[in-house]
Order: sequence, then C-alpha cells, then structure tokens
Amino acid sequence: MSKVAAELQYSVEHEWIARDGAGPATIGVSAVAADALGDIVYVDLPEAGSAVTAGETCGEIESTKSVSDLYSPVTGMVTEVNTAAVEDPAVINTDPYGAGWLFKVEVASEGPLLSAEEYAAANGGEL
Amino acid sequence: MTENHTALYGEHRKAGASFTDFGGWQMPLKYSSELAEHHAVRNAAGLFDLSHMGEVWVTGPDAAAFLDYALAGKLSAVAVGKAKYSLICNVDGGIVDDLISYRLADERFLVVPNAGNAATVAGLLAERAASFNVVVEDASAETSLVAVQGPNAQAILLSLVPAEQHSLVTEMKYYAAGEVAITVNGTTNPLLVARTGYTGEDGFEIYVPNADAAALWQALLENGADQGLIPAGLASRDSLRLEAGMPLYGNELSIEGHAYSAGLGPVVSLAKESDFIGKAALAAIKEAGDGVSSGRKLVGLKGAGRRAARGHYTVLKDGATIGEVTSGQPSPTLGYPVAMAYVDVEHATVGTLLDVDLRGKAEPFEVVALPFYKRQK
Repeated sequence: MSKVAAELQYSVEHEWIARDGAGPATIGVSAVAADALGDIVYVDLPEAGSAVTAGETCGEIESTKSVSDLYSPVTGMVTEVNTAAVEDPAVINTDPYGAGWLFKVEVASEGPLLSAEEYAAANGGEL
Repeated sequence: MTENHTALYGEHRKAGASFTDFGGWQMPLKYSSELAEHHAVRNAAGLFDLSHMGEVWVTGPDAAAFLDYALAGKLSAVAVGKAKYSLICNVDGGIVDDLISYRLADERFLVVPNAGNAATVAGLLAERAASFNVVVEDASAETSLVAVQGPNAQAILLSLVPAEQHSLVTEMKYYAAGEVAITVNGTTNPLLVARTGYTGEDGFEIYVPNADAAALWQALLENGADQGLIPAGLASRDSLRLEAGMPLYGNELSIEGHAYSAGLGPVVSLAKESDFIGKAALAAIKEAGDGVSSGRKLVGLKGAGRRAARGHYTVLKDGATIGEVTSGQPSPTLGYPVAMAYVDVEHATVGTLLDVDLRGKAEPFEVVALPFYKRQK
C-alpha cells in the first residue's frame, strides 16, 4: 500500500504541501498518486515567479501510461521549482515526499486541505 | 461484465501485482515498475500471463479448407509445425480480430484470438463451420498461456526440458510450434510450445492446462531468476509491442477498419482459390486504393520533444486535422516518444513533419518507418 507521510497535508487532487513556518510552502504529489500513475517520465511545472491558484491546474505529470494534470493546492507566487525532478522525473516515484518535491510557493491562501489521516482514509494509503 | 480471473491470479496477488481490467479479465498491469519490466524483456527475460487469450481448436478433414474460408489468410499453405498471423473479417472486410493460428497436424489447428474477442471468434468459427467437416472446440476456459520473452528466454525454457529434447527448442524457428516435454516438480508432461510473442524479442509461448499453470509459472520464475527473469505485466507488454510496431486490437485494429489501411494487406490472400468471408469487400477496397492512395493509413510517429502522444490525440498538418493517434507513449528503449496513428495518405510518407495536439499544444512529430525497434539477431 502506498505511503502517506504523516507530517504533511494533502489536497483531494493528490498534491501534498509542507509548510515550514513563515517561509514558502513545498508542494509535491503523494506516493498514492505516483504509484497510480506508474513510472513518471515527464513533468511540466509552473515557472518560478508565476502565480498559481488553489484548485487550478499548474502543470502536468506524464507517466509511461498516462498524463495527469497537476493542481496547485494553494494560491500564491512560485518561488522555486525542482529542476532535478524535471531532469529526472523518476525521483518522483522513488522519493515523492523528499527529493521528488515539485515546487515552492509563497502562499497567499490555501485551498481545502486534508490531514494525512483523512487523505490516507480516503485513498487507501498507509500512514 | 463478469470479472474473470486466470488460473495464475493467486500468483499475481502473491507477487504484489497491481491489476487492470483487460477484455473483461483482471490482469496484472505491473508487479513493480513497468519500466523495469520492459527493460528486463529487452535485456534478459520477462514472464507474462496471457491466459486471458482464447484457444480454439479446429480439427477434422476440412480443417485447412475451413480456415481458408473463415480467415483472410491462406491457412492451407501453412506447414505442420508452423504458425501464421491472420485476420478474421466480417463480410464488409472489417476486422473482427487479429489472431495467430498454429498448424499442429494436417487436420488440426489451434486458433488464438485476443481475450476480448475470444467468445466472438469462437462463435463465428462455429457458425462458419456449418458446411465443413470440422469440429470447432473452444478450449479457452481450460487453457492457460504463459510467455517467456527476451534474449534469455531459450536458456530459461531449456532448464525445464529434458536434455534429449533440447534440440526441439533450440532448432525451433520463429513462428514455429510443437510439443515439448517440460518437467515441473519432477513430473514431465508434453506441452505445446510456440516460438512466438508480442514483444519484438525472441521468446516462447507455452500452453498449459489450468491445473498445471501455477506450478509451471513458479518453476519458470525460480529457474529463470539467475537469468534475470521477472514477471511482467500488461503495461510493459503494451510498451514492448508498440516499440515493435505491432498493432493492438481495439487501438490500431477494429471492425470499422480494414487490413489495407492498417498496413496488413499482405495478410489478406485474395489470390487463394477459395472464397473467404470478406473477400469480395476486401477486393473492392484494394481496387479502390483506400488506405493506400486515398483515405488514411497507419503510420509510425516519432516525437521531437519529450511529451508523448496518446491514443485519440489529434494529428495536425499546418493546424488542420489530418489524423488520429491510436497508441503512444514514451519509448523506454529508445528514449523518445513513439506513437502509431492513422493519417491521411498524402501525409503518410516517411519523413513527413506533422504535429500532434498534446492537450492543446501542437508538438512536432515525424512520420517514421515501423517498427520503431528491431532486435539485433
């Protein structure tokens, strides 16, 4: 069963968000989503400096089998993108909550977020 | 639709497979990583459960003449011990299924349709057999099929074959088949082995009664482990066949399509003396040139960027729609996106530069010859 990291919050679209004090939030996709997608081969991320809106698409993730939209769980300004994940998207499969993070956002407002427990219960993940 | 399980379902569960519905069957999509499974087949070996496919036996004095009538190919010209890829068509020339037939004796053939079409094909064969002296027997429900595919497939199979029968395997040509003694758990049984596959690699397909399937599966995995054999799911099977330029029924082939536009003209034997179902329609289509000089034909596309074209995406030339993608994904072996698509014949020449609408953005692709990948012999 796919791992759900206990210390993070989640959107219904399977993004996770880590908020570290007042700094930018880090965003990625859950292991549940990465496992369901299969081997990820391409990721299109919003550019640093661009605005993202909670609940709206801001990029896409492509696996060998399918393409999925990437949704921003928050509204704000993108401060940084993980170019290493763009170069080698396999890291999103192998370490979705760590080296496979996707982008950072200076958050203006959050969309609806789930706790790890709620997300795991809704998606059959393992805490 | 009822959810069918193969006799190997328990093995897949034990191995941690994730499942997908395919033709009404719950089949392993992948066990770990579909990319790892793909590369294993290209570089070592992979083990596939294909038990969802059909097995229809055609036996009797008219077996060859009957298949000449029921199928588009000339099955009477197939030598005993050989296989032939063919099509079963409707009267309009539409493709009901693509299938492989094995001639195992003068008067005995095994016809192997796709999973989703197995019942239809078995029914049609029985119907078309009415005026022939043959028995059509659908053994799909009792028969399992496992495939060992990849450069190490022969060595792995030989590990289960008594030494005195090794030459039956080593001398078996591509697209040949025959009974080979296979030893599992100390018991030796003759099984039908064919040197066929759907991966673009060397490999064998082994027909086995359901009751013996799990033991054979386990023995192959155990003996093949040191040869790099791993179980492989339908995700890798799809990427392997796409690289090998092989059509998939439901994607490239359909009842609305026909052999000529699919590039399968040579599979249709208009020259055979006997009539066959679809012959008149196919002769007219060939005469009219549909799929060759008019209409659309199946081509290979190679992506210039990293993003892949997928089934049903629109193919464009200077912004105008000129075709539709049938299958596509990033090629794990080649490292660039590959796709098959039906495009208007005037844009189907190798080297033509086209675009594919990738979710709202036109991305450049080039028409290339099929297959995308061909193994070194």
